[in-house]
Amino acid sequence: MSQRDSIIRNLDWPLVVMYLLLMAMGWANIYSAAYDPDHANLFDRAREYGAQSVWIVVSLLIGAGMLLVRGEFIRNLAYPTYLVVLFLLVLVLLIGREVNGAKAWFGVGGFGIQPAEFSKFATALALSKYLSGLKTLKETRARVVSAILILLPVGLIMLQPDTGTALVSGAFVLVLYREGLSGNILLIAIMAAILVVLSLIMKESIYTLPFTDIQFHGQYFLIGMLAVFTLLGFLFVNKFVFKHRRKRIYAYLLIGLLGSSAFIASVDQLIDHMPAHQQTRIRVLLGLEHDPRGYGYNVEQSKTAIGSGGFTGKGFLKGTFTKYKYVPMQSTDFIFCTVGEEWGFLGSTAVVLLFGGLILRCIQISDRQRSRFTRIYAYCVASIFFLHLMINVGMAIGLAPVIGIPLPFFSYGGSSLIGFTVLLAILVRLDAERLEHLR
Amino acid sequence: MNFNDRKYVLIAAVVFICAVFIMRLFWIQVVDQGWAARAADISERKITVYPSRGLILDRHGELLVANTPVYDIMVVPREVKNLDTLGLSELLHVPMDQVRERLRKARDYSVWKPSEFEKQVTAEQYAAISVHLYKYPGFYAQSRTLRTYPPHVGAHMLGYISEVGARKVEQDPYYKPGDVIGVGGLESYYETALRGKRGVKYVVVDVHNNVQGPFQEGRYDTLAHAGKNLYTSIDLKMQELGERLMRNKKGSIVALDPRTGEVLALVSSPTYDPELLVGRVRNTNYRVLQQDPLTPLFDRALQAQYPPGSIFKLAQAAIALQEGVITLNTSFACNKALVGCHNHPTAANVEQAVQFSCNPYFYQVFKREIEQGASKNRFEDAALGLAKWKVAMESFGLGHQPRLDLPSVKGGSIPGVAFYNRIYGEKAWSFSTIYSLSIGQGEVLVSPVQMANLAAIFANRGYYYDPHLVRAIGHPDSLNTQVQRHHTLVDDQWFPPLVEGMRRVVNEPGGTARAARIPGITVCGKTGTAENPHGKDHAVFVAFAPMEDPKVAIAVYVENSGFGGTWAAPIASLCMEQYLTDTITRPELMQRMLDANLIAEEKNYVKPAKRRRP
Repeated sequence: MSQRDSIIRNLDWPLVVMYLLLMAMGWANIYSAAYDPDHANLFDRAREYGAQSVWIVVSLLIGAGMLLVRGEFIRNLAYPTYLVVLFLLVLVLLIGREVNGAKAWFGVGGFGIQPAEFSKFATALALSKYLSGLKTLKETRARVVSAILILLPVGLIMLQPDTGTALVSGAFVLVLYREGLSGNILLIAIMAAILVVLSLIMKESIYTLPFTDIQFHGQYFLIGMLAVFTLLGFLFVNKFVFKHRRKRIYAYLLIGLLGSSAFIASVDQLIDHMPAHQQTRIRVLLGLEHDPRGYGYNVEQSKTAIGSGGFTGKGFLKGTFTKYKYVPMQSTDFIFCTVGEEWGFLGSTAVVLLFGGLILRCIQISDRQRSRFTRIYAYCVASIFFLHLMINVGMAIGLAPVIGIPLPFFSYGGSSLIGFTVLLAILVRLDAERLEHLR
Repeated sequence: MNFNDRKYVLIAAVVFICAVFIMRLFWIQVVDQGWAARAADISERKITVYPSRGLILDRHGELLVANTPVYDIMVVPREVKNLDTLGLSELLHVPMDQVRERLRKARDYSVWKPSEFEKQVTAEQYAAISVHLYKYPGFYAQSRTLRTYPPHVGAHMLGYISEVGARKVEQDPYYKPGDVIGVGGLESYYETALRGKRGVKYVVVDVHNNVQGPFQEGRYDTLAHAGKNLYTSIDLKMQELGERLMRNKKGSIVALDPRTGEVLALVSSPTYDPELLVGRVRNTNYRVLQQDPLTPLFDRALQAQYPPGSIFKLAQAAIALQEGVITLNTSFACNKALVGCHNHPTAANVEQAVQFSCNPYFYQVFKREIEQGASKNRFEDAALGLAKWKVAMESFGLGHQPRLDLPSVKGGSIPGVAFYNRIYGEKAWSFSTIYSLSIGQGEVLVSPVQMANLAAIFANRGYYYDPHLVRAIGHPDSLNTQVQRHHTLVDDQWFPPLVEGMRRVVNEPGGTARAARIPGITVCGKTGTAENPHGKDHAVFVAFAPMEDPKVAIAVYVENSGFGGTWAAPIASLCMEQYLTDTITRPELMQRMLDANLIAEEKNYVKPAKRRRP
């Protein structure tokens, strides 16, 4: 066999090593988080680390199996896979098991399977397949199809409901941007986010018009401020911009002001109609509410656990704060606390850097592909990991809202472990074939 | 179109987010120590290990104060399941509504943390409860110790323990709210020895406040050291007898071993059972005792100060002999014009003067002490004489606080020049102003402990040791090195004749305390009567025995009992007999003393016209 054909030789070993390293660290953390000296057996299935051991073995087998599947086959199966996952997502709504108020699980024997975790690689495959066949994203039709591909599973997942997993699909916006979606859409999204935060913060306060007794709520103040800035903009443009370009800028300014005002008003309405616990979460995140026993409690406890780790951490199995269950959901959503407490600043920085390295490596891999499909797929993988890292770790250290999504390879749970493994294994296999296209 | 450059947006975002995370981690893990402190605060508990408090024993090793286990029934509301309220109510003897009320309170406090449900169940009650407690999940017993007083005596001298007050907690860093501290008596005086040393245990608790194990393998734990035992010189039998004899009488008994200064008995009456101030019932009982018009909480043996009456004549005579203003054979006529007296033969010498307790005799003696002719001016002369007299008198342990190892001991008062100058002005008083002092009346005040010490001085013929209760701390053989011997300013040679006078007081016809005789033992004593402007006079009797080898010196003070020979002398006699022979040979005398209710009598008493009593 020629060098080209040897899959083993062409595997991207840095990526594989990082994957194995992260999974090993993740397992050690679950072991520590759920450690019980009376049940120290690594494969005791009654313990979380026992179950996780089983899942790791299963994941490795599936991952290795995926490496044997030819890229051509994967590309051809992209849509069927997507359809199967869509079917599973529908099925889970009908016959799924309800856990914590979400109908997200299939009970298989003693284990639970979460099809939403598989939607990530399925959507990535389908989107890559679709985008790789396109010349440009400028056509409305292309945009609409892309949006449908992304939003179909999102909608089904929202029905479970599992907002966290649905939100991860935001990663695909990054992919669309990379493939030519106008940057303005991203910019507008960011501006909108800033407006949401501002209007929420100002909603709390009541302002008095100077020299009068007229009082009004903060969001009107915000709109007023925007109007003032728009006016200043008009004056600025009037003075410094060539006459023939003014009209267009005036129009933008006016549309911007009206759009923003309407947006602020609708956010206001939306928030008021949100369930109380989500309102509280948002308000706690923005520091508008101090609520240490409520929704902010999780974050407070999580920061405490991480902060107590200090520079070098308390040592493996010695994280008393996490071990004694002070942090809720600490082996799933808040697994990063165990890292922070037991391994300290050094360990948590290492984990963050390892994830950063994994993501950057995916981007690098994406960059060296000749196949559009593989390139887009690699970018999907990078974006998905990026969103998970950003939200999960951000939430644990109090920089992001509490959204229930796992930290890849660390959080307890078989479905996400298998899902992420498949996601990566496909990439590794596709990448290993990159030289074949030279033929 | 090539959008390859757009990958840098994602790369920049990844680098940016990682940098922000690492900075944030650095902030909360390394820079801001508040999170680590919060974690320690939440998950680590400092548990105080309380040492057992030292015991208090009598001179023969009998327990005066011991510790007894009691059980607090605790409840963790979260663990309570299928509660049989009626059964629990019957088991603990707590009314149904109380059971519900207490559960509600416990739940309000915390569902996870244990609350006290029923406090201080005795060991006997607990024995009955414990076998059924398993039927009530969420309830468990927690043991702790309380003070107990097996012989039920010595309330005043022993003191009690109580929860430490907020002010003490502020002043003394040793104490934490909820600690106990000795109040009054030996419990307070020897607090540091008795309390021992607290230990500290650091443990890690889980989110439900269940202890999960030692913090860092107990690296920071310290051991508790048990409190030291107090080996006192109290003779339990004499103490018990004294308290029984003084029942229904107001007054005190102080008995000392003159050879060492050890206190053998310390009785203040009316007294109370020290068990009344233990545990749950303390606050209620304390209030009752406090409001009792007979002031049972007042320690008369240490804090009452009376004019000594005629027992003062012993010291007067000794000082006069020392200063040479009289000789052993000086005789004065019993001139009742000078000062009142009872009918007795003329005292031919000092011995007889003591025996008869002749008031005019000691009027003359004191006159000679005060007017020694050092100055021509009668006022100046009196001042010079009194100053000299005060110094000598104070060498008998009077007028200053005895170094007794108990809190709030009163020192009495021997008036001096400054005192009278303040009242009358300088050179405005002379012997005729202060002559009452001659017979122990007027401005002189003596506490019962000092009276017993006076008896000890005559037993020793001239010296005394600091009276003290504790012979040894921690180990029975360790010595109380605080005790010192004090010699009076009177030479030894002047004591035997006065002791002979004391013997006659008890043993010769015409003596004032013939009721104090003990068969087979020579008792020496002196009666006294202190004028009481409010009612019947107070009676006092000081004595020691046996005469040649004194083993016990005693002072008995009975308020409102009239003449010292009637009640005080027999009580002293019975106490000394008990101590010296361990038997009572005069049961009918004892019965008479036990039956006497002077407090009831006092209410019907009408004070007769004023007269002097020896």
